[in-house]
Amino acid sequence: MEQATASTESTTQSYTLKVRRFKPEEGEGPYWQEFEVELDPTLSVLDGLLQARDREDGSLSVRCSCRAAICGSCGVKINGNSTLACLTQIGEAHEGANRLDGGSKPIVVEPMGNMPVVKDLVTDMESTHWEKVRRVTPWLLDDGDPPERERIVPPESMVDITQTIACIQCGACVSSCLSMEVDPDFIGPAALAKAYRFVGDPRDVESRERLYDLAQDPHGIYDCTHCFSCVDACPKGVAPMDQIMRLRRAAGDEEGIDDANNGRRHEKAFTKIIEKKGTLDEALLLQESYAAGVKGKLMPKPAAIKGLVGSLPTAVRGMRTGKMRSLPKLIPGIHPKLPGDAQRHVKGIYAHAEEHHTELNLYITGEEDVEPEPDEEELSQPEASSGPKENE
Amino acid sequence: MKLAYWPGCVSRGFTTELHGSMALVADRLEIELVSLDRANCCGAGVIAEHNQELADTLNARTFALAQQTGLGMMNICSTCQGAQSECQQRLDADSAYRAHINEALSDEGIEYVKGKQGFENKNFLWVLVEDYGLDRLKAKVTRPLDRLRVGPFYGCYIVRPKHRLGYEEHPDRDLYLERVIEALGGEVVTYDGARKCCGFPVITMARDTSLRQAGTHVSDALDQGADCLVTPCPLCHLNLDLQQPEAMKVVNRDESLAVLHLPQLVGLALGFEPSELGMNRHIASTEWVAERLVGVPAS
Ligand code: SF4
Ligand code: SF4
Ligand code: FES
Repeated sequence: MEQATASTESTTQSYTLKVRRFKPEEGEGPYWQEFEVELDPTLSVLDGLLQARDREDGSLSVRCSCRAAICGSCGVKINGNSTLACLTQIGEAHEGANRLDGGSKPIVVEPMGNMPVVKDLVTDMESTHWEKVRRVTPWLLDDGDPPERERIVPPESMVDITQTIACIQCGACVSSCLSMEVDPDFIGPAALAKAYRFVGDPRDVESRERLYDLAQDPHGIYDCTHCFSCVDACPKGVAPMDQIMRLRRAAGDEEGIDDANNGRRHEKAFTKIIEKKGTLDEALLLQESYAAGVKGKLMPKPAAIKGLVGSLPTAVRGMRTGKMRSLPKLIPGIHPKLPGDAQRHVKGIYAHAEEHHTELNLYITGEEDVEPEPDEEELSQPEASSGPKENE
Repeated sequence: MKLAYWPGCVSRGFTTELHGSMALVADRLEIELVSLDRANCCGAGVIAEHNQELADTLNARTFALAQQTGLGMMNICSTCQGAQSECQQRLDADSAYRAHINEALSDEGIEYVKGKQGFENKNFLWVLVEDYGLDRLKAKVTRPLDRLRVGPFYGCYIVRPKHRLGYEEHPDRDLYLERVIEALGGEVVTYDGARKCCGFPVITMARDTSLRQAGTHVSDALDQGADCLVTPCPLCHLNLDLQQPEAMKVVNRDESLAVLHLPQLVGLALGFEPSELGMNRHIASTEWVAERLVGVPAS
């Protein structure tokens, strides 16, 4: 490895890497080992690990190839955050480890979470990643008849899926996923983002079947707890959670799939209550999520009854302690129902939004007042980059 | 200090003790709150799931109403913060889109203006640390929480995604709860779940996942010796407190742990009694917390 140490202008600094080691061949449990490394702060944590391997312990195992955030091999946890080792500057990692007190605590490097460790920082991504990616049928299901030449699609419809195409299968999102932490069967962020890649592809003819499958699966799109961990972890801006929300939108709203998990019902009930009342009435939401009222009568679906019964202890407890149906008295001016004509205006907003249904994806359009990256410039639309001028 | 105040739906429905204690605490801290009583639900991410434009317009309306007061805006719910920040990011990103959304507000004669002087939407936690100031807060403490070991619980929506929640400008926003606990004289309990998910968003869709999350965090905090948790999010409170008996069953434990709303914890240190702060309305008993305060005068 070429090092800057010999140069007089060297900015080389010392760092301590505290690495979680595991050598199954030695029959011992995992243990921590500290390595002193010396390198420029702008070099990566991966560079640090490779230096430790070269200079101190040749048995230290880490997976890597491109060293440029392209191949997706070097997923690890640095100071508890799932990311790529080659994309994290060691100087920043050091600051991150010491943000509380500015001291000199070591940079903590661990293997990715939610997957078995093979050795040191190398994890087995088969059962928690690849198997799940295969689970969503990650290839195009076309109409079977090969066209004479290529299939022609409008470019806009492909732009919609570019965000998911950016995935490099590193597994950082899987490692960070908080649903998977408690439910290992959850299909997970990477595989579901991959599913959207095909659901959103106009050439795919099985989108509805894909959505039906992912909506009905108890470990599918409605098992994501909306925690944003994958959004922060992904080094490529895929925002898997956003793709899962698009799958929900496509399944519930576009395809009208009434799933056994009450996902669509919950979302419909919520949206309806706000249209009617402006603010959320949780007692009503609980009831409607499981059994939408039809002309004043409850019409629960069989699958919903289980959920309703499961929630009863909660509801009863809520009433007993006065949590439900209690009116605020402490601040005058707060109403459970919107005052005056406010509700009419909320209804007006519904009408306007239901008519247009605009969906803005900032990954594609970019943000005004933010310097676009040179290679993003071509993607951003002219009307979406007209400078900081305010509308009157 | 004077702020436009959006209490959210849950603080006026399931968790009225939050709304009530916020009123008491604001008064004692001399923060004047102007209630946005015409404003609507933030959509909690659920409406955006159905129709993104609808969620954006509903929140643009709330911002526009707040901007009419000429004041900054305060919320008391991590989920409101996250859902509103998400919509605000889109509204601010594209002037054509913003104009389109404002069209829907024109009937009411209001408008959301990007970057309007003095307008910012902040959770009470951020207001306390960034605008009110911890030194000023310390000076108001009449009953330091000396013997109280408190586990912070943030709520996902106020810590992620970082780029949307002002972490570039305020990189320590995910450490504020710890700082407030210390300013009030309490002891911070470090445990695994502080920045994890309470599970609430899937309580009606993936009940086991949801309860297991809540149960795991409560267990971890108990194992680290916490007397209570504190959260700036009433939805986290629902899963961690209201659902706690169920959640503890899922993780096979029969202890319980009090979960306080942020204004309640502040209120205790300002000398209010637990009952004044509605702590008797919780599901997980708060008696132990009250006992830990005994002997410490609230003058
Ligand atoms: S948002 Fe959903 S998919 Fe992403 S990490 Fe959280 S639970 Fe997992
Ligand atoms: S979605 Fe992002 S974090 Fe997840 S595997 Fe793909 S590139 Fe990695
Ligand atoms: S080594 Fe290829 S992504 Fe890091």
